[in-house]
Amino acid sequence: MTIFWIATIGTSLMAFLLKYSGHSVPERWLTHPKIQKINALIPIALLSALVAVQSFSEKSQLMIDQRLVGICAAITALLLKAPFPVVVLSAAVSSAAVYNWF
Amino acid sequence: MSVSITVGAYGVAFGAAAVANGFTVLQSCLLSLLTFSGASQFAVIGVIGAGGSALSGIATASLLGVRNALYGVIMAPRLQVKGLKRVIAAQVTIDESTGVALGQEPRGVDAMRKGFWYTGIGVFVFWNLFTLAGALGAQAMGDIRAFGLDSAVPAAFLGLVWPRLTGNFERVLAVGCAIFAIAMTPVLPAGLPIIATAFIAIAVGLKR
Repeated sequence: MTIFWIATIGTSLMAFLLKYSGHSVPERWLTHPKIQKINALIPIALLSALVAVQSFSEKSQLMIDQRLVGICAAITALLLKAPFPVVVLSAAVSSAAVYNWF
Repeated sequence: MSVSITVGAYGVAFGAAAVANGFTVLQSCLLSLLTFSGASQFAVIGVIGAGGSALSGIATASLLGVRNALYGVIMAPRLQVKGLKRVIAAQVTIDESTGVALGQEPRGVDAMRKGFWYTGIGVFVFWNLFTLAGALGAQAMGDIRAFGLDSAVPAAFLGLVWPRLTGNFERVLAVGCAIFAIAMTPVLPAGLPIIATAFIAIAVGLKR
């Protein structure tokens, strides 16, 4: 079994177990204010780390390439309050332009 | 309707990103059918695509899936479902369905149930159709960099995290975690720099 299959099945199993446990455990277990606070912070930490790693590295090596232009375009779009499809498209188009023409 | 279009766009982005990171079309579609939680799905393909182990990919995705458990806690007393219906309710317990249901709270519990089920099942259908479209599209591309897909993936993550940066505290945490992950990338095995930031979030959350 490849790493991709293990990741696909393992992630799916865990995702469902987490969802189902919420519907099944007593309410007081998960409504503690600290847990709520941490739960709001975890996605910020993980997603920010993912943005950085996916933009500036390749296989454990730091790298600056066309993705820098793409991510700057995405930040500009977000600052201009563009909707999600525009954000992703502006990153893709600008990055592809740099890759193909330089 | 606007929820559906946004979900469609995320679905295409996910399908394309999954294939760009080495997953097959079938695996991409299974992730959308079975995991069915956008941030977790993007996380697992992101970590694996960056060279991380299966375990670090699953762990990162699961940390992001904890919030669905908390949504379940909110929804269970309102839905009052058992057996197979509870299994289905659990599967469609996501940001959108819980968000719409909570928005209906002033109109009573029946409106909340309706909002939850319509949104949950509607998003499920759209999300999976558009994942397939995105995955097939990316598969047809060949060199993904020529189409900018290598930048579309981090841009999608950025689009996911941006609405959560509601104050200076959140922004500092985001920038700090990004810098930490970059600094640790040449040092730690792939995947670990990302998971480690979850512990920064836990430490900061406990202190505050």
